[in-house]
Amino acid sequence: MINKDSRVVLEVKNLKAEVAGVEILKGVNLTVRAGEVHAIMGVNGSGKSTFSKVLAGHPDYTVTGGSAMFEGKGLFTLEPEARARAGLFLAFQYPVEIPGVSNSALLRLAYNTLQTERGLEELDPLEFDDLVQEKIKVVEMDPSFLSRSVNEGFSGGEKKRNEILQMAILEPKLAILDETDSGLDIDALRIVANGVNSLLSPDNAVVMVTHYQRLLNYIVPDYVHVMSAGRIVRTGGKELALELEARGYDWLKEAA
Amino acid sequence: MSSALQNLVNQPYKHGFVTDIETESVPKGLSEDVIRLISAKKNEPDWLLEFRLSAYRHWLTMVEPEWANVSYPKIDFQDIIYFTQPKPKKQLASLDEVDPELLRTFEKLGVPLHEQKLMTGVAVDVIFDSVSVTTTYKAKLAEVGIIFCSFSEAVHEHPELIKRYLGSVVPTSDNFYAALNSAVFTDGSFCFIPKGVKCPMDLSTYFRINTEGSGQFERTLIIAEEGASVCYLEGCTAPQFDTNQLHAAVVELVALDSADIKYSTVQNWYAGDENGKGGIYNFVTKRGLCKGVNSKISWTQVETGSAITWKYPSCVLLGDNSIGEFYSVALTNHLQQADTGTKMIHIGKNTRSKIISKGISAGRSSNCYRGQVKVGSRATGARNYSQCDSMLIGDRCSASTFPTIDVQNTSATIEHEASTSKIGEDQMFFFAQRGIGSEEAISMIINGFCKDVFVHLPMEFAVEATKLLGLKLEGSVG
Repeated sequence: MINKDSRVVLEVKNLKAEVAGVEILKGVNLTVRAGEVHAIMGVNGSGKSTFSKVLAGHPDYTVTGGSAMFEGKGLFTLEPEARARAGLFLAFQYPVEIPGVSNSALLRLAYNTLQTERGLEELDPLEFDDLVQEKIKVVEMDPSFLSRSVNEGFSGGEKKRNEILQMAILEPKLAILDETDSGLDIDALRIVANGVNSLLSPDNAVVMVTHYQRLLNYIVPDYVHVMSAGRIVRTGGKELALELEARGYDWLKEAA
Repeated sequence: MSSALQNLVNQPYKHGFVTDIETESVPKGLSEDVIRLISAKKNEPDWLLEFRLSAYRHWLTMVEPEWANVSYPKIDFQDIIYFTQPKPKKQLASLDEVDPELLRTFEKLGVPLHEQKLMTGVAVDVIFDSVSVTTTYKAKLAEVGIIFCSFSEAVHEHPELIKRYLGSVVPTSDNFYAALNSAVFTDGSFCFIPKGVKCPMDLSTYFRINTEGSGQFERTLIIAEEGASVCYLEGCTAPQFDTNQLHAAVVELVALDSADIKYSTVQNWYAGDENGKGGIYNFVTKRGLCKGVNSKISWTQVETGSAITWKYPSCVLLGDNSIGEFYSVALTNHLQQADTGTKMIHIGKNTRSKIISKGISAGRSSNCYRGQVKVGSRATGARNYSQCDSMLIGDRCSASTFPTIDVQNTSATIEHEASTSKIGEDQMFFFAQRGIGSEEAISMIINGFCKDVFVHLPMEFAVEATKLLGLKLEGSVG
């Protein structure tokens, strides 16, 4: 929902970044306000996933220019865990498996770390269980997933739903969904999308990184951006995604 | 490797201080004269001197084992002090006579020796260099007939028990280091639980090597008679010296019918610095004999220290229906080398054994599991389950597994599972992205990896082990 008066959650200006000495982002500009849903689309290698990892602070990427303000703070002065605690959430394209660490233990540690950061009380395991049983409904997961090791032996769809469960528990100010739709069948896609929609509020924002229009049928964006060769080359409303679906990306290369 | 992970692994050793205390040593080197001198200093009976000398004569015919997956310069056995003790050497009637410097040392190590300050319900025997300093709660244990004292004391007070059981599980000729230990052992703990008695508290020995250039050769003997049970804990630390020190202990356990012995170790000898300088050579023989029917021996070890660990706590399952267990976490960092595992020897019918081994390697270390499951022809219905998991942190360490299975009875059931995993940058980034710092992340991953072993440790030990692994790994992931 677009409201020009709402607070700016993320403001990226002329962001440049490289990995292993190769420049991938060549000047990205993006402003995200509270309540908004943005989609970033583009072909493979256009820099979409790099953009999300750079914002989250992945150690393989180096910022070489530009700035990013997140909730009024300079994002790049913060360590990755401090960015997360400030309310930036990345749903991973390929969620990692953590053998031996139960889902519920991870969720509780992450939640309590955040509570401490916010000056609030930590929850004991029983109190936390009440919370998590409520939140797990958002992604229609069986409670037995809580006692299993994080993502170990999960199907692709289960892993993605688990990411959204983490988002539901942590209630971020900005959630970046990195190709959350990839590898999902139609039912899982609907569940994940419903989960994300139920978490949207006028106080938070979502940036979806995706190849396909398909996800946008379920989570309707306020803005669609097209990324090409490390820059955002076109911004429009949700109809831009339909146009891309019909015409492909090539016609935008000239625009870049 | 990221710097955060590096820092996390490279926590300095906290027990590396040296106590300034006057000691009395026998001259460096090993000979029959040195053995006679040790025996005389300890005022030992002739049969024990004979035991030592025959072990020594056998040792002279043996060669150092070279099959382990470890490498180190040849040890000069003539360059070791075989006996060191704090002065004065007189029989102590109470703790008030213990050198206050010693008391402070153990306070600093978190092992206060005054009973009122002790962890409730744990009796402790404290070994400093070559001698036992004190044993707590002795009188209270004696009320139920339990003998818990230093080995030297047991030699004088209970010679018939020592004579009957010493060397009965680990013969003097068993292996190179066991023979050496049998020749020169200086002290250790002795524990006897009489028929039908469940030991009312955990028994514990704390070992401390203090003097540079000295070796530690202790001997532990635990006997649980019919229906008896005991839970025994062992802890060890040493100061930081640039030279390597040899620790060659022998532990023998005997469980008679329906007896139950649970032996837990948290080993934190000085491991050497990050370049592999100094550290303890931990060459230990530990073996338990399930002599009676329905007896049970369970080893739990958390090995985090020592430059080199060479250790295979084993069970000989002689009694029908007896049970042997081995739960191990071995962590190596920097240039540490560990070659550790177990042997389960099934002799009696329906004997069962279980092996859970978790190896964690970081830095440039090498961590090796070596195990043997042997089922004899008479061991009808024997069962074994083995699980060996390795975790690698960083890309310069190594992990190996050498399981041996030898079955001579067709009714046996043997299962073996193994896995290797790695703490990678992606896992660490995932934790960071959920707001969790690298120390907590590593501790969570390691605890998750080790929990099948930690559940078998007594509560205080489990807490200590968890902390210790965290400290040891500080800075190592990336």
